[in-house]
Amino acid sequence: MYSEKFSESLKLVEQARDKNIALEPARMTAEQKDTLLATYHPDYKTDEFEVLKIGANKGEKVPMELAAMLEAKSRISANDVDLTKPDIDCDVLIIGGGGAGCSAAIEADEAGAKAVIVTKLRIGDANTMMAEGGIQAADKENDSPAIHFLDAFGGGHFAAKKELLYKLVNNAPEAILWLNELGVEFDKDKDGNMITTHGGGTSRKRMHAAKDYSGAEIMRTLRDEVLNRKIPVIDFTAAIELILDENGNAAGAVLMNMETKDLLVAKAKTVIIATGGAGRMHYQGFPTSNHYGATADGLVLGYRVGAKLLYADTLQYHPTGAAFPEQIFGALVTEKVRSLGAKLVNKNGEVFMHPLETRDVAAASIIRECGDRQNGVDTGNGLGVWLDTPMIEKIGGEGTIEKRIPAMMRMFGKYGIDIRKEPILVYPTLHYQNGGLDINENGETTNVKNLFVAGEAVGGIHGRNRLMGNSLLDIIVFGRNAGTNAAQRSKEVNVGKLTLSHIDKFLKERNEAGIDSTEVSPKLLPNYVHNAKEQ
Amino acid sequence: MENMVNVFIFGKRYSVPENLTIMRAMEYSGYQLIRGCGCRNGFCGACATIYRIKGDKELHACLACQTKVEDNMYIATLPFFPLVKQVYDIEKISVNEQIMMQLYPEIYACIGCNACTKSCTQGLNVMQYIAYAQRGEFDKCADESFDCVMCGVCSSRCPAGISHPQVAMLARRINGKYLAPKCGHLENRVKEIKDGTFKDLLEDLMQKPVEEMKELYNHREIEK
Repeated sequence: MYSEKFSESLKLVEQARDKNIALEPARMTAEQKDTLLATYHPDYKTDEFEVLKIGANKGEKVPMELAAMLEAKSRISANDVDLTKPDIDCDVLIIGGGGAGCSAAIEADEAGAKAVIVTKLRIGDANTMMAEGGIQAADKENDSPAIHFLDAFGGGHFAAKKELLYKLVNNAPEAILWLNELGVEFDKDKDGNMITTHGGGTSRKRMHAAKDYSGAEIMRTLRDEVLNRKIPVIDFTAAIELILDENGNAAGAVLMNMETKDLLVAKAKTVIIATGGAGRMHYQGFPTSNHYGATADGLVLGYRVGAKLLYADTLQYHPTGAAFPEQIFGALVTEKVRSLGAKLVNKNGEVFMHPLETRDVAAASIIRECGDRQNGVDTGNGLGVWLDTPMIEKIGGEGTIEKRIPAMMRMFGKYGIDIRKEPILVYPTLHYQNGGLDINENGETTNVKNLFVAGEAVGGIHGRNRLMGNSLLDIIVFGRNAGTNAAQRSKEVNVGKLTLSHIDKFLKERNEAGIDSTEVSPKLLPNYVHNAKEQ
Repeated sequence: MENMVNVFIFGKRYSVPENLTIMRAMEYSGYQLIRGCGCRNGFCGACATIYRIKGDKELHACLACQTKVEDNMYIATLPFFPLVKQVYDIEKISVNEQIMMQLYPEIYACIGCNACTKSCTQGLNVMQYIAYAQRGEFDKCADESFDCVMCGVCSSRCPAGISHPQVAMLARRINGKYLAPKCGHLENRVKEIKDGTFKDLLEDLMQKPVEEMKELYNHREIEK
């Protein structure tokens, strides 16, 4: 319910609606985008970053909250556990029970390996579950993997590792088919054609969806399949330290029961990090659309054993996080709202940008509109701009919102806002970790053998910005890829003597670099205790 | 000073700002959540919660992350509920009501009390989708249950011991895999890729210098 103070601005938005629907706003030129990003995008705020003093990326800058975790002490010392008596012994240890972890587990199982999933919360508690808008694949007549490649490569500022992006786009249709064969329900017309839309920065309509529960539909199906295959899932158990063998290869992890704090040793021939993102690190004080457990754990685990990060200095701020009401502050408002025709409108009822620019550009543009241009709406809890959802019903016909974005309708409906009739207020929210651990085409880290990575913990697939719908895609493509390859590898591996000697080595590096912080990592969960705000 | 309300978390009183969700109120009161907290955005079903307002007979069910506190709210979370999940091979199951009789026969013991529907945190017509499942109308069951977050509150209220979310999960997978029309253009494209149709095109593109890629990107045609 909007109070009186919004009514003046609401009226302007309403009055301009028909005119704004007819308007085709110009897209920005490459130069305009570059200037906008350099001036307003959070990635360019240099004083929010810190240069790493130790580790494989020494000398490179990362968000300061991440630097603190990467350079923090281990939660344990080497003699806290007995490595000669592992509690778990498997071929493929998968850390993380989200979309990437489950995809990897299914493929590892399919390849005949003994896979085990460990996850600090429940299986399916992951950003995958919260992905709303859709998943990309170039499967229509007017589209091709090459066009998909160009969209993603350009949208990521030409920084993606080409061989990874090649795999992403080329395996995309097969990933969709695989999901569909598992029983994932995609939005189709009566002849079976996929109902697809644009996302920001796509040049073809290749966004496949399951209403606006796309990630949830994928995640619950993958979870069901993991359970059907009786793949062991050890839940409420976090990996807090990787274990190497005497040859320096990944060979397991130390696990901690989240409730009892008991430690377990898991020995494995190969390890897959599928721990997801970092929104709960609240970089630069941003709210987040992410899951409770998104605390960059995998980056920390990998970094401490020497694995290299790529593009850890780039984050994605989703342009449309909910800015009002405050109970859902920062929650994701899917890009699909704009795919379906809603435009971004300032407090004066003016459309100030093309609604389907890439996410980094759109976020920077909203920050500019609310900042220097002073055209933001005061929400009582910060600023925001309007996302004019009633446009969708006018363009697509009555009932479009209920049919295509029911989760959005429900989320705002609970607070008395009918998005079919009233616009909503949005502001950028921390959404995605563009960077992560550096991998090769097989999904293995570039410098720690038998350590694989999949999903949001990977860096380099998308470059320095990611298009909508390419993350759900990458967790499937690279999750499966890692599962298959790790299973394959496990057949040739002879694990040497297990060791945690890297913990002392890391401590020594810290001392030599003069780091004396007392913090421990990985973070595992954010701390909101006694705070009235999530930060 | 914000307006405060009294809430009773597992019966114990705490004073919290009135604008908080139940989940935030628990944290504000000092709980570091491990269970009963997942996506915090209404998609994962981790935070099923039951509550009653003092003096009110009615028992309510909700998601703690999606519900604002009220004065005199008595709160108990339901972080886990023992749903029955039967295992099956999706490649080998029969696609008619027989599979339900085999895996979830208890659905035929539904007494029509509608407690499931009344308690659904997503406002779904749960009893109706169970009826569809009984009749083997899996497409309808899938559609009716689509927004389910599998929080399990319905099952906690069911006198027949039905695990509604798992029944619906099976129906949706059957519908997605077997009943919904196959996608011709998808199957064609997968075959084309297997045949290497786009290999040269992609490899050519990848080998171009960045400047040329930028030109191509900045002037690419965008489908209306």
